[in-house]
Amino acid sequence: MASGFDSALGFSGRRGPVAVVAKVVVYTVVVAIFAGPLLALMVGAFTRVPDPTSLSLTSGEFTFDNFTRAFDRGVLGYLANSFIVVGGGLLLQIAVSISAAYSLARKRFPLMKLVFLLILSTMMLPEEVLAIPLSLVLSEVNLTGSLLGMIVPVGAWAFSILVMTEFMKEIPVELEEAARLDGAGDLRVFWSVVLPLCRPALGVIGIFGFTMIWDQYLLPLLVATDAQQFTLPLALRTLRSDEEVGVGVLLAASLLALLPSVLAFLAMQRQFMRGLTSGAVKG
Amino acid sequence: MQATGSGATATAVRPGRRPGQSAPPPAPARRAGRFNVKAALIPWLFLAPALVIFAMFKFWPMAQAVKMSLYEVRPYLGDRWVGLDNYRQVFTDEDFLAAIGHTVVLAVGQTGGSIVLGMLLALLLEGSAKHLWVVRTAAFLPTVAAMAVVAEVWRILYFPAPDGAVNSIFDWFGVGPSQFLNSADSSLLSVMAVGVWRGAPYDMMIFLAGLAGVDRNLYEAAAVDGANVFRRIWHVTFPALRPVFAILFTLAAIRGLRVFTEIFLLTNGGPDGATEVMMTLIYKLGLERGELGIAAAGSMLLLAATVLLTVVVRAAQTRSSRQVS
Repeated sequence: MASGFDSALGFSGRRGPVAVVAKVVVYTVVVAIFAGPLLALMVGAFTRVPDPTSLSLTSGEFTFDNFTRAFDRGVLGYLANSFIVVGGGLLLQIAVSISAAYSLARKRFPLMKLVFLLILSTMMLPEEVLAIPLSLVLSEVNLTGSLLGMIVPVGAWAFSILVMTEFMKEIPVELEEAARLDGAGDLRVFWSVVLPLCRPALGVIGIFGFTMIWDQYLLPLLVATDAQQFTLPLALRTLRSDEEVGVGVLLAASLLALLPSVLAFLAMQRQFMRGLTSGAVKG
Repeated sequence: MQATGSGATATAVRPGRRPGQSAPPPAPARRAGRFNVKAALIPWLFLAPALVIFAMFKFWPMAQAVKMSLYEVRPYLGDRWVGLDNYRQVFTDEDFLAAIGHTVVLAVGQTGGSIVLGMLLALLLEGSAKHLWVVRTAAFLPTVAAMAVVAEVWRILYFPAPDGAVNSIFDWFGVGPSQFLNSADSSLLSVMAVGVWRGAPYDMMIFLAGLAGVDRNLYEAAAVDGANVFRRIWHVTFPALRPVFAILFTLAAIRGLRVFTEIFLLTNGGPDGATEVMMTLIYKLGLERGELGIAAAGSMLLLAATVLLTVVVRAAQTRSSRQVS
């Protein structure tokens, strides 16, 4: 038996013309179904699409009009809001995660098990389940009506903390001991020994945090008190209900909301895959 | 069966070395005998930011929800204790019962659909060739797109006129035209399809990680024994993927019931409440109609169901893994 099992189906062993055609058909269908709608979105953003039935992949005429009209509607401002939220939220989330992970992975202290359990349990408490009281708490602490209200709550994310903790556990203790013998304190050990070695994991929690925060919908919805604070995903709904705005403009704005997360994913695909398979559970 | 899909269970397998917990810092060690407050505080200082944020935005709201669910919440008038009345109302109210039904149908449909389709995709797209990598990446894009974008695109593609995008494609096969989101008959199914479209590629990637860990020699051995493709997948691949299924079911248990954004944007519960799920109903009750107590009781129910489901899935998983080893 010649080897040829690089997959469960063992397809790659066969090279006849029928097999090749079958493969091309399967791949085309898969790409058409999953990437097709996003491709249609991209094409529609650059062509004149007055109503949904005139969306066409082939017959459109190239135009930038949709974008200029979207900008007239303040889409750049919404995009800026989105970037502020994702930038601030991600920085906070990463800082909080590595700090917490340092304790969980490299210290031993009373109640550690309980803390770990509490952090795990937050995975079962997403914004959705807490929406009603969360909106009250947000207004109690004066975070409604400000982008800060969308940033602070995403600052602590159990997934990030757990991935980071798992990673830090594997850093050899000898390195830390050496630094301590040289008289380094905790902050020093954390900053110049542990942190540099965590760079691969930073990529993982970075890309996951980015897509997670970019995808936030309910939290911004609870926080925003008027359109000034809308992130781009929130603004899409307003644009849609705006009678004077055609489908093309909506698509242009949607494309701007799509690209950052897609580009981030493409740029950091390897880290993303590692997070997907090593983090096991994300909530 | 020793060869389990390894990749996906990386965290379950702890590294043999457990560093970090030995080696007390030298300085405190020299001052032995005296309780060192500073050393005891350090772990808590590093944990503080996370714990403060969780306390404020997870545990405090949760405590509030428990309390609110037992009161008739009346702004300015003071809350009135009603005991379990809110819960009784949730369980007897027709809208709520319908919403619970839709939530369960949607959760089961999306989870099942995503797992089956994701498995199929993983089997079809497994391999190390470059073109497969391209196809996989393209197929994965729906998963990283923001839900709001996905919803807007599908609203347009689902346009219910005969020359709407999806209807045009249906026409090639002599199906339709369908009203999709606009008709009570097809709206829940249409929403479910979007969920599967976005969920299947995610499951595919997790399956692929599992497939990568299956011992190739087992396939060879099965082939030598004369097993065909189906028997090979059934007897070699599926058992090896057991931990992957466990992960996907756990994820589904946590996520399945709390669906909000896609409904809110695709149908907002309509038409005629045909797609109203728990979360959209809770949102409307709490934030639009001011029925905070009932909304809180609904949230508690949702939370209880999530916790219960997670525990059940976990238990089933430990039992089945004990049977394997």
